[in-house]
Amino acid sequence: MAESYVEHEASHPALQHHFENLEQQREAGTLGMWVFLVTEIMFFGGMFLAYTLYRSKFPEAFAIASNHLDIKLGAINTAVLILSSFTMAMAVYSTQVGKLRAQIIYLVLTIVLGLAFLGIKGVEYHEKYVDHLIPGTLIPGNPFNPDPHAMHLTQGVLMQHVQMFYWIYFAMTGMHALHMIIGVGLLSVILYFSVKGRYSPEYHNPVEVAGLYWHFVDIVWIFLFPLLYLLGRHLGGH
Amino acid sequence: METFVPPVPSRINYINAQYGLKSWLLTKDHKRIALLYLGSISFFFFIGGLYAMAIRLELLTPQADLLQSTTYNKVFTQHGIIMVFFFLIPSIPATLGNFLVPMMIGAKDLAFPRINLLSWYIYMLGGIVTIYALLAGGVDTGWTFYTPFSTTFSNSYVVATGLGIFINGFSSILTGLNFIVTIHTMRAPGMTWFRLPLFIWAHYATSLIMILGTPVIAITILLLAFERVAHIGIFDPAVGGDPVLFQHLFWFYSHPAVYIMVLPGMGIISELIANFSRKNIFGYSFVAFSSLAIAVFGFLVWGHHLFVASQSVYAGMIFSFLSFAVAIPSAIKVFNWTATLYKASISYDTPMLYALGFIGLFTIGGMTGLFLAALAVDVHLSDTYFVVAHFHYIMVGGTLLAYLGGLHYWWPKITGRMYPEGWGRFSALVVFIGFNLTFLPQFILGYMGMPRRYHVYPAEFQVLHVLSTAGASILGVGLLIPLFYLMWSMRYGKVAPGNPWHLPGLEWRTQSPPPTENFDYTPVVTWEAYEFAPPEETEVVGKFHDKVPEKA
Amino acid sequence: MQTSWIPFVPPSASTLSGKVDALYFYLSGVTIFFTLLISGVLIFFVIKYRRRNPYEIPRPVAGSIKLETLWSVIPFIIAMTMFAWGAQIFFEQSRPPSNAVEVYVVGKQWMWKIQHTTGQREINELHVPVGRRIKLVMGTEDVIHDFFIPAFRIKADVVPGRYTTLWFEATKAGRYHLFCAEYCGMNHSGMIGSVVAMEPKDFDEWLSGSSSQQSPAVAGQQIYETLGCASCHGPAGEGRRGPALVGVFAKQVFLNNGQSIKADEAYIRESIVNPQAKLVAGFGPIMPTFQGQVSEEQLMQILAFIKSLQVQTPGPVMAASPVPTPSGVPSAAPAASSTPRTGP
Repeated sequence: MAESYVEHEASHPALQHHFENLEQQREAGTLGMWVFLVTEIMFFGGMFLAYTLYRSKFPEAFAIASNHLDIKLGAINTAVLILSSFTMAMAVYSTQVGKLRAQIIYLVLTIVLGLAFLGIKGVEYHEKYVDHLIPGTLIPGNPFNPDPHAMHLTQGVLMQHVQMFYWIYFAMTGMHALHMIIGVGLLSVILYFSVKGRYSPEYHNPVEVAGLYWHFVDIVWIFLFPLLYLLGRHLGGH
Repeated sequence: METFVPPVPSRINYINAQYGLKSWLLTKDHKRIALLYLGSISFFFFIGGLYAMAIRLELLTPQADLLQSTTYNKVFTQHGIIMVFFFLIPSIPATLGNFLVPMMIGAKDLAFPRINLLSWYIYMLGGIVTIYALLAGGVDTGWTFYTPFSTTFSNSYVVATGLGIFINGFSSILTGLNFIVTIHTMRAPGMTWFRLPLFIWAHYATSLIMILGTPVIAITILLLAFERVAHIGIFDPAVGGDPVLFQHLFWFYSHPAVYIMVLPGMGIISELIANFSRKNIFGYSFVAFSSLAIAVFGFLVWGHHLFVASQSVYAGMIFSFLSFAVAIPSAIKVFNWTATLYKASISYDTPMLYALGFIGLFTIGGMTGLFLAALAVDVHLSDTYFVVAHFHYIMVGGTLLAYLGGLHYWWPKITGRMYPEGWGRFSALVVFIGFNLTFLPQFILGYMGMPRRYHVYPAEFQVLHVLSTAGASILGVGLLIPLFYLMWSMRYGKVAPGNPWHLPGLEWRTQSPPPTENFDYTPVVTWEAYEFAPPEETEVVGKFHDKVPEKA
Repeated sequence: MQTSWIPFVPPSASTLSGKVDALYFYLSGVTIFFTLLISGVLIFFVIKYRRRNPYEIPRPVAGSIKLETLWSVIPFIIAMTMFAWGAQIFFEQSRPPSNAVEVYVVGKQWMWKIQHTTGQREINELHVPVGRRIKLVMGTEDVIHDFFIPAFRIKADVVPGRYTTLWFEATKAGRYHLFCAEYCGMNHSGMIGSVVAMEPKDFDEWLSGSSSQQSPAVAGQQIYETLGCASCHGPAGEGRRGPALVGVFAKQVFLNNGQSIKADEAYIRESIVNPQAKLVAGFGPIMPTFQGQVSEEQLMQILAFIKSLQVQTPGPVMAASPVPTPSGVPSAAPAASSTPRTGP
């Protein structure tokens, strides 16, 4: 039962005291984000379950409600997010190879694209507000009360089942938008430290980890877009 | 054993390293955070205990004399919410786990110390919001929040309480995340997966449930709140929603949550059984993997809470089958613990008494779970006192006993002081007797048909209720005794050496209380778990004693 | 199984209760055996292998795959016997026999409203004859309740928006507890009553003695007329713009999406409150919803009426015939409606 002890190596300024070396710190940071993303999947999972259940229960109402979403804005937003994933990946790459100017530019671009997404989402939400499509009595004074004619409600489909779609739409895209806001905040912090020159090819884990988060939020949207926007295409657009 | 106690030099340790309130509230030391948690969960346990007392007193008589229905409904709801979300779920992981996971694997801290501190603040925020809800008027939905009662009919503070639980969930997620990353990336050189103490395996399995299950309850509570505030119809059949969907989502988390409560307890019991019998655990890998098996299977059995809730017959059968299957890993653990004692050297210290009590009570708790997994019998027993007795055997007889055993076992490490052994043994006995007297009668009450959540009941059930209340008062006293002597010992207890029990675990190979970075040097592990000493060295029982390594 | 001599077992008064008791005793036996076995071995080891001197270090032990297999496989086999036995009784218990006499039950905060097909109404009491199979068709007007008769070893949740069923055959006359076993709010523990099992002769006496009101089928027919159902489904349910209702109950119905479905209680209920969900083939979505216009009790009465529209009356019926007779009896059905309260 011999016991021996390992000594600390000369440490990098970014090395936290409880880690042995930067490699261990990087590994912990990355694994931590992956584990966190697993919890996020479970979080969205509950809503996907509700979506599956109610869509199979009210297929017609879901198609009609989906058809009323603005597919152009949704598609633009999808493109915006995919582009932002690209700029994010480039920001991580630039950090790894030490191109610090490019890193800052790509981070700024990613943040701008994220804000653009949120802006377009805001426009969409406003349209829904004007059309009285906010479910229930969530907004005082503007209860769910869309014009059945404008919705192209076919005979026999109940408006309350259309509302079922809209709460799922708002819950899912709202949660997604919240994650986008957190992501923009996170990237702003990263940007701040980039400008101060904190990240280098030796120490770039925070940029990587923020990138993982950003890509995850994008992937969620890649699922949300077809599930929410593309259900009622056969009914004809407007 | 006293012969081995040398004079302990007064050294810098995590407690006296810094002083002042700020040094505690802003600490990133996992050991200090563990103590913050210890204080706060003890507070919540006390509140929950007061509610329990009110319940048992009301049930002394068949009429409503102490509490009227509205009060009683709030009391049992709040007892459940406080005990489940604010005591049982954080109890072992957030205190003993927080303190010991880094020490047992030879790390200086958890991987994310700031997140660890954040988790305590989140816990406190959730707790304060919940306490606010209780003070503002309380909640009367039962801790299960079944819809549509909770969404449409209840007149109480459902949203505020839900918010408290929602917030608290993040503390649980962060703790689990921290443990998983720490166990993966921060093990000391030589600490391979199969040299890990079983306490670590149990916490790893628990953390898996925390990160996979807790987000689901978070979204469930969020939907519940939306439904209640905006009447969207998520769980309302009148507009196409499904109230049973809530039950599925709720139990998808809340059944695995039972394993969040009991798995760390099982980890403690493995430690206690091995260390107080100086024997390596029989079938180490079976005990380790059974923890993972429980964590995985635990996610597949939620439907056994819905046997009488209009679930289809075939779904019922599948869930019943899986529920029987999940009993097997638990049985494996019990058999292996028992076999470990064969030809061992068993001491009767307080922690060991708790461990032995645990095995007995957990056996009863687990076996009565089979009654509830058996479809036809569950139809009769569900929502009766049998269920109440069953889960208290798991949660109190299991988790609470393990928690107390672990607290006594590591008390010298945590505080640097010994607890009074005589009082410890005495209170362990009182708790054991009081517990059985409280909950054994409830099994019988359940089969006789006494439904749960009744404060007025037919007179024929009174005798058993009186017995149960008598037992509860003994249990209450038994739980107060440690509160007093443990606090007393912090100041007046015998000074504890680094390794008072003469054990090989890493946490004992440093001083008591440990220094802020746990070890003076990163240890290199060259021994297996529970390797007490080779036979030829049996006389050097105290060899690990207070061994402060020389600088190489 | 005769269990009356065993303490701590509730009265056993249905064909099912003995079977559940037998399984319960098996489970108890296994539990007591293993608890005693484990505590016995534990106590024996703890005494035999107590630490005799502070220096002793016992020899470490290697595990044993044989033992591990043994104590995994044996508990698994025992568990499977429990599973199979429990599932078998459960299966029987969840399949109501087709010749059972129906009784309608509606739960409501905090009472049980019961109506027999012969028209007798009861609150928090259920009179049933011994030796006859009874099927309860249950709904709720507000929250989830649970109909629990310990002496019969049965219970089932009563869930808003759907029907659940229970069936039993009482074997012994007597008065037994009826509990609500799903927490339902303030007066949950007051939502209790009794089930009175009576010898058939006494039951017939009770039937004739208690004021028989309209049978649910007759009441259902009146609602049918009041709501104007007849204008589409025909005065006698023969069908016009809407599908025919005569003989439809428990038959397969072809839907306009190409599927077919059994027209059971759940389907008929859905077709009234959400008519467009599953349209019968050949009919347009022209029926409005009656959600909110009919109470749970009235729904059950309409259901009883539709069930009575059989080409031939099947199965045994209780004293009076449920076949509707055109009657001018004023409706005595109290259209109980619940007003959900909202909290803060």
